[in-house]
Amino acid sequence: MPTPLLALDGVSKSFGAVAALRDVRLELHAGEAHALVGENGAGKSTLVKILAGVHAPDAGTVTLDGRPLLLSGPADARAAGIAVIYQEPTLFADLSVAENIFMGRQPLRSLRRVDYAAMRERAAELFARLGVRLDPDRPARGLSIADQQLVEIAKAISLDARVLVMDEPTAALSGIEVERLFAVARSLRDAGTAVLFISHRFDEVFALCQTVTVMRDGRWVSTDPAGTLTVDEVVRRMVGREVSAMYPKQDTAPGEPRLQVRGLTRHGVFDDVTFTVHAGEIVALAGLVGAGRSEVSRAIFGVDRHDAGEVLLDGSRLPNGDTAAAIRAGLALVPEDRRQQGLVMELSVERNTNLPRRWRLSRGGLLFGGDERRAATTWAQRLQVKAGRLTDPVSTLSGGNQQKVVLAKWLATAPKVLIVDEPTRGIDVGTKAEVHRLLSQLAADGVAVLMVSSELPEVLGMADRVLVMHEGRLTADIPRARADEQSVMLAATGQAAAA
Amino acid sequence: MSEPAARIRRALGTWDVVVLLALVAVAVVGALTVDGVASPRFWRFVVLEAIPIALIALPMTLIVITGEIDLSVASVLGLTCSVMGQLWVSGVTSLPLLIALALLLGAVLGAVNGLFVTGFGLPSLAVTIGTLALYRGLAYVVLGDRAVANYPTTWTTTAIQPLPGTTIPWMILVVAALAVVFAVVLHAMPVGRGLYAMGNNAEAARFAGVDVRLTKFWLFVASGAMSALAGVFWTLRFASARADNGSGLELAVVAAVLLGGVSIFGGRGALLGVLAAVALLGVLRNALQLAYVPANTLTVITGSLLIASVVGPNVAGMLRERLRRRRTTTVSPSS
Repeated sequence: MPTPLLALDGVSKSFGAVAALRDVRLELHAGEAHALVGENGAGKSTLVKILAGVHAPDAGTVTLDGRPLLLSGPADARAAGIAVIYQEPTLFADLSVAENIFMGRQPLRSLRRVDYAAMRERAAELFARLGVRLDPDRPARGLSIADQQLVEIAKAISLDARVLVMDEPTAALSGIEVERLFAVARSLRDAGTAVLFISHRFDEVFALCQTVTVMRDGRWVSTDPAGTLTVDEVVRRMVGREVSAMYPKQDTAPGEPRLQVRGLTRHGVFDDVTFTVHAGEIVALAGLVGAGRSEVSRAIFGVDRHDAGEVLLDGSRLPNGDTAAAIRAGLALVPEDRRQQGLVMELSVERNTNLPRRWRLSRGGLLFGGDERRAATTWAQRLQVKAGRLTDPVSTLSGGNQQKVVLAKWLATAPKVLIVDEPTRGIDVGTKAEVHRLLSQLAADGVAVLMVSSELPEVLGMADRVLVMHEGRLTADIPRARADEQSVMLAATGQAAAA
Repeated sequence: MSEPAARIRRALGTWDVVVLLALVAVAVVGALTVDGVASPRFWRFVVLEAIPIALIALPMTLIVITGEIDLSVASVLGLTCSVMGQLWVSGVTSLPLLIALALLLGAVLGAVNGLFVTGFGLPSLAVTIGTLALYRGLAYVVLGDRAVANYPTTWTTTAIQPLPGTTIPWMILVVAALAVVFAVVLHAMPVGRGLYAMGNNAEAARFAGVDVRLTKFWLFVASGAMSALAGVFWTLRFASARADNGSGLELAVVAAVLLGGVSIFGGRGALLGVLAAVALLGVLRNALQLAYVPANTLTVITGSLLIASVVGPNVAGMLRERLRRRRTTTVSPSS
């Protein structure tokens, strides 16, 4: 084995009393794509932040080309040739794509004026090398997440990055976008870059990577060539136990119509969307990212107003754009973006759990600490939320536990209709199975569940019926028996006639 | 550490308690070193001066917690004084009617702020800087350079009447009652939970069924009405309605709110700390005046305190984190 390009040895890192990393090792080689997998809270993000120079390790060494590397800040990491692509890139929205790429090191003309022509030209060259079509002059605002990541990658290449770290880059991408990202990653890898790829999606891990490292509870578990591993084996190492059936949807007989959506339209976003969800039914809403699925759920829930159509719950019409009324009527929405929409990160677990139910928890208009604590404790236990104290900010929890808090806060309202938007995005396998079991249980108890999901296995495993959206319109309504990857993808890409 | 002991330690570490302790310290040191601070007359002046600031600081605390600000409060106070004066001159002689009209005017002025902020989605900082100038200008339009000072003496003496057996004005009971109302709304009612939620993350609050815009609108209305109430008190205390009444008072209010531990970014703070800060600033200002400290120095001290209130919690947090790190590394050198 040649000397690794980048190596971590015996790296440990603690935050207060919590040990995030303990004695971790990792070797990245030039021209190799290396996958890092583990449940949420396994320490992957901390490891990435150490490589990015955000955190300094408490113990252990990082070496580059066999020489010890001291990273005391993100600038050091960049200078050492380490580039990190995050799940949600942070670009300057009002600057052009080219300006974003060359921020802080713009090509200059005389008198230290920025040489825009050269900047544009070099940005165009980078995109040509990546084989993507992006206009260097357009502002970053409005770029899809996939395109934003490509801008970040272009920036990394322009910095001659030798190590490219991708932290769950595909979580918000659709299938086609993932393919394009992988094509870029492969070409970089083949050109001699060491790629570290972090993902919860195993098909992607095996499609891209030659080596797989598994972490659990902040410790290194194993590193093996991808060819010698199976998905089951990786999952077993991640959770340290066997995971039972991943998609345990119980068969239920659908009851009365609970949620009826008729001709729902928001100009320029979605058009004439009509469907019904019955009691005891899980209906999946599939489609590509940007097809308008989340927007439809937001309009049903009243976060956004709709321009035409109506939403009925148990036969009575919900007022347009009134979330509080929707909640009172028995509707709940677990939103797509946990950190921005699902939770108030700075508030405690308790306050978050009780927020939608704060009126119902009050007696004579007043809230009593004991009631609040009891309610939060009950739901935290029911969903097995792992938290230090319920008065700690919810931001101190791992991603999977945060998602459980979001579910807890909505299940506590005893909803008749539950809309879940990407319920398992970015959470670990163990929690994922728990969430699926929970949704299945709710349906069995007579709740109507509408599930927006970009993960086909989840859609096909969980749903009684699959609705597919394409460019703001409903293009298919496929019963479970006839739903397969092909029929859903065809409808999602607009290539199938409405079924 | 046992749970009650831990709870007491956490409580002692909160900013509200720091401000309260500072208040006690300033009062004790002042009484020992400055002639007159220990006298009942001193406290009467402190309270009289603090009443309008406290009245306006109550709704301001809630507004800043939601992430907004209302800088027009002192101008609402001034315009209320002018209109009240003009009404009195024009023959409205019923005090209850005058007070009712003043409160209504304040509520309307607040509603205008609220409408611009929530209806048109404009930043409250910009809107209320605009109405700060607009309302003050209107106050001059109504009353010009005149002063209306011929209110019946029964009104003006009643306004500053002390509680029986003390020198403390009875109006402090009104302030206390209103403080309880605002504290209950903020800390013990569902509405209050929503205020903290929207101050931290308005989008997540909306997804949890909090009506962010409507709530903020009513807060601005409340702010206008409370400023008007402060204006009524101001008119009667000084027995004088002038267009420049309370000029610059908004800065004293915002200073107290921030010193009281409310985050200017919203989402954090408590009413107790704000009331303690109103008292602290009042005692400090009056004690220093008695000690013949020049006015400019007073301004410098108030400014420094304000900066300390912003920097203080951050430095305290950093120190705590460092201490904890040292403790954990000495307890477990390797694991």
